[in-house]
Amino acid sequence: MSHPSTYKPASGFEKWLDDRLPIVRLAHDSFVDFPTPKNLNYWYTFGGILAIALVIQIITGVILAMHYTPHTSMAFDSVEHIMRDVNYGWLMRYVHSNGASMFFLAVYIHMFRGVYYGSYKEPREVLWMLGVVIYLLMMATAFMGYVLPWGQMSYWGATVITNLFSAIPLIGDDIRALLWGGFSVDNPTLNRFYSLHYLLPFAIAGVVMLHIWALHIPGNANPTGVEVKDVKKDTVPFHPYYTVKDSFAIVLFLILFAAFVFFNPDGLGHPDNYIEANPLATPASIVPEWYYLPFYAILRAITFDIGPISSKLGGVMAMFGSILVLFVLPWLDTSKVRSMRYRPAAKMFFFIFIAACLVLGYLGGKPAEGSYVLYAQIATAYYFSFFLIILPLLGFMETPKPLPRSISESVLKTPKPGGATPAGAQSAPAQ
Amino acid sequence: MNMIRTFLITAVVGLLGISAAAASSGGAHKPDKRDWHFSGPFGTYDKDALQRGYQVYETLCSSCHGLEQVSFRNLGQKGGPFHLDSCPAGIPDTVDCANPNQNPVVKALAAQYRFKIVDGPDESGDMYERAALPSDRIPGPFANEVIARLANNNALPPDLSLITKARHYGPDYVYSLLIGYEETPATVDIDAGQYFNPYFSGDMSQALRPEFLDEHGHPLEGVEVPVGGVLAMAPPLFDGMIEYADGSPATVEQYAADVTEFLMWAADPKMEARKSLGVMSLIYLIILAGLLYWSYRKVWSDQH
Repeated sequence: MSHPSTYKPASGFEKWLDDRLPIVRLAHDSFVDFPTPKNLNYWYTFGGILAIALVIQIITGVILAMHYTPHTSMAFDSVEHIMRDVNYGWLMRYVHSNGASMFFLAVYIHMFRGVYYGSYKEPREVLWMLGVVIYLLMMATAFMGYVLPWGQMSYWGATVITNLFSAIPLIGDDIRALLWGGFSVDNPTLNRFYSLHYLLPFAIAGVVMLHIWALHIPGNANPTGVEVKDVKKDTVPFHPYYTVKDSFAIVLFLILFAAFVFFNPDGLGHPDNYIEANPLATPASIVPEWYYLPFYAILRAITFDIGPISSKLGGVMAMFGSILVLFVLPWLDTSKVRSMRYRPAAKMFFFIFIAACLVLGYLGGKPAEGSYVLYAQIATAYYFSFFLIILPLLGFMETPKPLPRSISESVLKTPKPGGATPAGAQSAPAQ
Repeated sequence: MNMIRTFLITAVVGLLGISAAAASSGGAHKPDKRDWHFSGPFGTYDKDALQRGYQVYETLCSSCHGLEQVSFRNLGQKGGPFHLDSCPAGIPDTVDCANPNQNPVVKALAAQYRFKIVDGPDESGDMYERAALPSDRIPGPFANEVIARLANNNALPPDLSLITKARHYGPDYVYSLLIGYEETPATVDIDAGQYFNPYFSGDMSQALRPEFLDEHGHPLEGVEVPVGGVLAMAPPLFDGMIEYADGSPATVEQYAADVTEFLMWAADPKMEARKSLGVMSLIYLIILAGLLYWSYRKVWSDQH
């Protein structure tokens, strides 16, 4: 949040630099002395985890790019070259491929956190929307990255997804031809995906900076949803209180990450991607990576025409709509109470929403046939109802629980939630 | 505790991802799960099994299947079947046997390999054949796909470099397929040159004999469609086909287990390095997490 700068240049050089480019002051005010609500729980550590995940992806990606060959006849072999002949190439590649999954795991938790605690509400609408932009860029980047190893799932996944664009009326075929660079997924497609896969992460990094900027204007929201009233009582400086807490959470996350990289590195992938792309042999089932499965289920749930809208176009609209609806979420949620901690009805609908997303994820990995389609349609209906019906109406209908008067009061009144204070630890960290 | 809850939920969602990613593989028997020497976080390759597996590959599989991602030198690298830490007696001091390119076993295997390397052009512009060197990729049996199909009843024998990664259930599948051939069930007709295997994914309802079908082409009541599929590879292994120098049993099960172990190594030659680095990384991260947690408690101790 905006606060008077407490930076004092320690040396003559720092003073000289501060008069010309106050970058040290910016860093100090943003990440050292930044007043942060003292009641942030572990769900609030995923922002820091995501920053680390992005850095890991960029570093490993730049190194992989030094050894990778973006050509249809060499891409698959060059990935195997990385796995076999490049020193620690297997490590770079497994960190990068599992890193994508870890990145999405963290971003989903980060987003659900935002919904549960109403973090998108005034005055943080732009912060939230920038987050949705980052998420869209992540999806595009990960999709194009998955094409690069040029395995069967790369090729056929690219074919399925690029073909979706042809459902757009009038210009759909032209968009698809532009994505392909020709008339099918081929070498020009691989080349442009490689180029964009290298470019977009830096666009993400740029939007992340805007995201942090937009965060630092109003400051962090917090689990009570009550704004900071008294900076002295309600907040602690970001450093060391949250640098140490975030670092601890980051290392826990890295333990999960390392468990995958070292002990089940192909567990999140599909075996077919170890078969080189073959345009003449369609795999028995084409499934996207796990983090797209809910949207893949929504895409395939629309099996019926709606007036002039074909089922294909309807599916594409539903799939993109399921993400675009997030942009207007701040205005769909009419409740004056920010945190669902004090909204019992909203809380229940929220957990059903999580269940619907998990069900969609499960169904996205199943063939679109029989009762799977019906379940996907029900879950899709709930997905949209949650945003378009439940949240708008609930703000008028539900009776929220009383809010604490301030952050410090909530901290003092409630003991550490979710567990007993260990004996002899009266000075336990505030949660 | 909050932190543990957050971490557990994170882990569970991560694991859900795996189960969702593991899609079904169609109409085939699920391979039996075997306890391999390389299974588990501390599993390593059994070097003797790798050597025997190479012998099985070289003697039998290589007549139809290539191993294009593997070079002879890989056989002598650390963790490979023929790696040497030091030279056997009788090799001059100038030779570094730990170097895969100087490893005498690997050099001999390359020089005596059943297929030659096509190299060239020479000074007169002609291609020529020469014996393989450790630096060469292991040459495959067929010059191109057309020849491969002509020789194999129009089927293309897949390259085996990544076969244990490119199939659901990986090594368990390869092993089960190799030992799992069965007599063709009485209810189905299959073409000459095709072989029934319950572990191979397929749709046997198309092969049911006419007397088991009703007028719509559906199976009659009580007729079960056999689970499995047909492939163009004849049962490749028979007891006693290969004699092992180390006296291991000359059985189909032993051959299948050895060649699967070898193919797992061929697909994932860095597995041992990966797991040992993983153990060290996890120890490091867990200690670091402990220190950070302690720091966290200390830093926050003035807040209550």
